[in-house]
Amino acid sequence: MLPLVLDQVSFAVSGKTIIDRVSMEITEGPRTIILGPNGAGKSVLMRLCHGLFAPTSGSITWRGAANGRRRQAMVFQRPVMLRRSAVANIVYGLKLAGISPSECELRARDVLDAVGLSGIAEQPARVLSGGEQQRVALARAWALGPEVLFLDEPTANLDPGAAREVESLIGQIRAGGTKIVMTTHNLGQAKRLGDEILFLSQGRLVERTPVDQFFAKPQSAEADAFIRGELPWS
Amino acid sequence: MNDILLAVTEAGRMIARLDSALFEIVLLSLRVSLTAVLLASGIGLPLGAAIAVGRFPGRQALIVMLNALMGLPPVVVGLMVYLMLSRAGPLGQFGILFTPSAMIIAQTILIVPIVAALSRQVIEDAWQEYREQLRSLGAGPLTSALTLLWDTRFSLVTIVLAGFGRAAAEVGAVMIVGGNIDGVTRVMTTAIALETSKGDLPIALGLGIILITLVLALNAGAYWIKDAAQRRYG
Repeated sequence: MLPLVLDQVSFAVSGKTIIDRVSMEITEGPRTIILGPNGAGKSVLMRLCHGLFAPTSGSITWRGAANGRRRQAMVFQRPVMLRRSAVANIVYGLKLAGISPSECELRARDVLDAVGLSGIAEQPARVLSGGEQQRVALARAWALGPEVLFLDEPTANLDPGAAREVESLIGQIRAGGTKIVMTTHNLGQAKRLGDEILFLSQGRLVERTPVDQFFAKPQSAEADAFIRGELPWS
Repeated sequence: MNDILLAVTEAGRMIARLDSALFEIVLLSLRVSLTAVLLASGIGLPLGAAIAVGRFPGRQALIVMLNALMGLPPVVVGLMVYLMLSRAGPLGQFGILFTPSAMIIAQTILIVPIVAALSRQVIEDAWQEYREQLRSLGAGPLTSALTLLWDTRFSLVTIVLAGFGRAAAEVGAVMIVGGNIDGVTRVMTTAIALETSKGDLPIALGLGIILITLVLALNAGAYWIKDAAQRRYG
């Protein structure tokens, strides 16, 4: 279903422009990191791509297969666990995707196994640690077999150990052939997990550069200032 | 002080000799109020969930109205049901005025707004947390509402108990539509009112103590179950 094509996409809430005429193409292959200061519109741009928000103007099209909804998934900064067991959380997502009940259970257990969480399958999801919850959320998204996985600051609330585990799980999902699109604050994480950087500033897509080049020699003054920790807008 | 001592003794004596008249009154009280709370939950919980998740014109007016109806005076509800069920009323042909059924109807009307308004609030708060995740997984309004009803179940127990407390404690509605007929529609509250007006304060107070004890025991049991379940599921 890729590429995902955004054409002059703007998004405004009560007159305030949050995303300003963004045009871009998200293609198969490279891991895409959306970077930018707070309030640049990273999360909103991702929600637009995922289909949670509709653009105020412009168009967002999946150029591949017509039915884009099912083959993409999203994991949020704070994992929302349903008040049931970890495995039931994954079954819930699969059922909504129209998988038959008997297969849901099998697939859910397979995925938990694959991410190394089969030990906590029966535990109530809401009492798991933050890191475990985020991994269950990733497993729930991965179980759907998405072609694209959107990740909105997936490690922002986690301690370094849990963040490492989440990062390695993201690597595993990527190795399974899923395209990763991710926002982060963490420049080190962007370097580790990214192939290309989309840099947003004040709702505009300022530059798009391969990750090595971005950190060595950013093309825009805004990105340069951001990397050096000079935030003229803060 | 002497009165209270007498009342406690009287209550103890009534229970000790397993007074069959008392037993009948207590049983009818429980039957009427528990049936009413069951019916009111069947109506009020789905209604609350629908208003929490749905977006439709007149929604805010409906919320304000439900909130206001929580304070509905029982005598007014009794009077309305009385007019509906009396011989000349639109539902007079069923001949259920002065029966327990009429009392159940009146109490149900009384507590539907309580259950609906309070559950709407609880479910809407949960909806704030769940909304994006559920939409991301492809849940429509109906699925979302059912999911939220299940996930807020521990809080909803408290709301249903509040409804039961209101039903068991009110006297105005059951007095008017039931008529306080000995052996047919006499419940604890109407019996208390009668004994008080007769000047037999020890019996009235004794009944009061039994009523409070029953409500307390029921709440304690429900709280204990809820607390244990909540600790288990988070």
